[in-house]
Amino acid sequence: MMSNQNNTLIKTVNLVKEFEIPGGNFFGKNKPRVHATSNVNISVMDGETFALVGESGCGKSTLGRLMLRLIEPTSGHVEFEGVNINELKDEEMREIRKKMQIIFQDPYASINPRMDVYNIIAEPLVTHKIYESKEQTKEKVKELMAKVGIRPEFINRYPHQFSGGQRQRIGIARALALQPKLIICDEPVSALDVSIQSQILNLLHDLQDEFKLTYLFISHDLSVVRYISNRVCVMFLGKVCEIGDTEELFGNPLHPYTKFLIDAVPKPDPFLRKENKQLLQGEIPSPVNPPKGCRFHTRCPYAESICKELEPELKNLKNRQVACHLVKNV
Amino acid sequence: MEELLRVNNLKTHFFTKKGVVPAVDGVSISVPKSSIVGLVGESGCGKSMTAMSIMQLIQKPGKIINGSIELEEDNLLTYSKDEMRNIRGNKISMIFQEPMTALNPVYTVGRQVREAITIHHSNIGKEEAKQKVLDIFKAVGIPEPERRYNSYPHQLSGGLRQRVMIGMAMVCNPKLMIADEPTTALDVTIEAQILSLMKNLQKERDTSILMITHNLGVVAEVCDYIYVMYAGKVMEQANTFELFKNTCHPYTEGLMKSIPKITSEKQRLYNIKGVVPNLMKLPKGCRFCPRCDNAKPRCFEEEPPLYKIKSVVEGSEDHYVRCFMHEDSGVKYDE
Repeated sequence: MMSNQNNTLIKTVNLVKEFEIPGGNFFGKNKPRVHATSNVNISVMDGETFALVGESGCGKSTLGRLMLRLIEPTSGHVEFEGVNINELKDEEMREIRKKMQIIFQDPYASINPRMDVYNIIAEPLVTHKIYESKEQTKEKVKELMAKVGIRPEFINRYPHQFSGGQRQRIGIARALALQPKLIICDEPVSALDVSIQSQILNLLHDLQDEFKLTYLFISHDLSVVRYISNRVCVMFLGKVCEIGDTEELFGNPLHPYTKFLIDAVPKPDPFLRKENKQLLQGEIPSPVNPPKGCRFHTRCPYAESICKELEPELKNLKNRQVACHLVKNV
Repeated sequence: MEELLRVNNLKTHFFTKKGVVPAVDGVSISVPKSSIVGLVGESGCGKSMTAMSIMQLIQKPGKIINGSIELEEDNLLTYSKDEMRNIRGNKISMIFQEPMTALNPVYTVGRQVREAITIHHSNIGKEEAKQKVLDIFKAVGIPEPERRYNSYPHQLSGGLRQRVMIGMAMVCNPKLMIADEPTTALDVTIEAQILSLMKNLQKERDTSILMITHNLGVVAEVCDYIYVMYAGKVMEQANTFELFKNTCHPYTEGLMKSIPKITSEKQRLYNIKGVVPNLMKLPKGCRFCPRCDNAKPRCFEEEPPLYKIKSVVEGSEDHYVRCFMHEDSGVKYDE
């Protein structure tokens, strides 16, 4: 187990992000706020794949962006290698940014259609002035292309000449260019067909081994998360429900939401069909007016009176953290 | 089992400036009465185009150039436009992946569902139609139907919108509902709700469902019989339990091995090498052979027919596979 503090690569401390949305009174006061993440404390260890999983609106993508400091938190801060990155000046931040990169969901929207592959992959190298000459940069780009499985002779092609899976590979090569420590993968395989999805997942796995990368893997797909991650954090409506080792968490989910989420996934095996599967009722509540008490209580079949009143703390159990009143300390 | 819909050797081609795209290239499927049939495959395999062909919603430059589509023995391809209009939404209805784009944003959902009734039954008055809409809203599990009747699509969540779409599709008690990726845009817990709703409606109302999806989990959970499509053709078809127990086509096998499973231990995922072929430049011989690990020289020359093979799961006789590997053990099936 990775238990000692020195191994933490990035962590969030009481991280809160609220977005103001249109509304409120005539003077622009009392605007309604979307509570995207509320008081999130997670730490990602060096070399692991840490998955953030949850349904839409749970704040998983916002959390990813906060950790890269692409957006500023309402309160709280992010520590990368022990440094509070929210206090850094722009130049200092630029140095840190070399160590953290991101891969996006939609490979059609995340790369510029008017740049060729060379310019796309070389952009971070040029911005950070890594190499003196263009030849060196070009060599590096070709090397990166080979690493992600794109033939280096395609260096002058444009994105529209590639398939979705190949574009995602280009996005990965761009993220690798600066030899980062942390890559945030925001739904990297959700837009891909199954046969391509497995190619990309295997590639991410190989690259992690080769470059000792740490992944923060954001996904709504629990099967993918189970395959790729070492530890999982389940979120619901801006709050952490449960954090644990992947195998243990999937084998024995403690939070009722985690249980229902795992149960709800359609299993590709008809012999596991359950006739009267217990389903989670109702819809996801609005993040503008999250329910009082435990945010999950409106959908939770086990909810008791305390759940409606008091917000549960994230309790530390053995190898597990759970935010639920009904889970007793062992 | 009694047959409801029979599609025979359907070919829908698109005549573009660059050449002919055979999106659906000789597809035969059958949907028995009160059953759920799955059509599964990756993007571009022709599964949605098969559905659109059944509804005759193919737009230029696409054209149905061959085959027949029989609904209870009437060939829909011989129907006039007016006759077809009476079929759509009435005898065969359809729901889509993204309910927000399928609903009209400027009318209330109640009005839109009511329209589906009044358009097919001119004898039903406004009040009676409204009552029918409220009944169907209740049946598809929309809370507070009276209030939702006057809501606009943007005021509803994704799950509720899909319920409205299902209500609209079911309100005329169709014989067949075609569902094109109905849960792909929804969250997992909502997806489970919608799938269970569709299963229950199918049982209660005796409607058949043709489920089109890329998700093997969805077909495994709800379908009775499955067709696996690749590049415009059916590669394998079998009863759901048979298909998962006795997977025969290398493509189906590859698909099953390449999805991460929530239920099993971690092991490296299988890769189907290469990418889906460009339909305008289909390989000679078997369409899958450039990506197939078992390809023999013959596969590059000759296109394999469907072979009927022996099934291992009891009571699931109709297992067909388009692969020469099963030539000896199977019986060539005349399409």
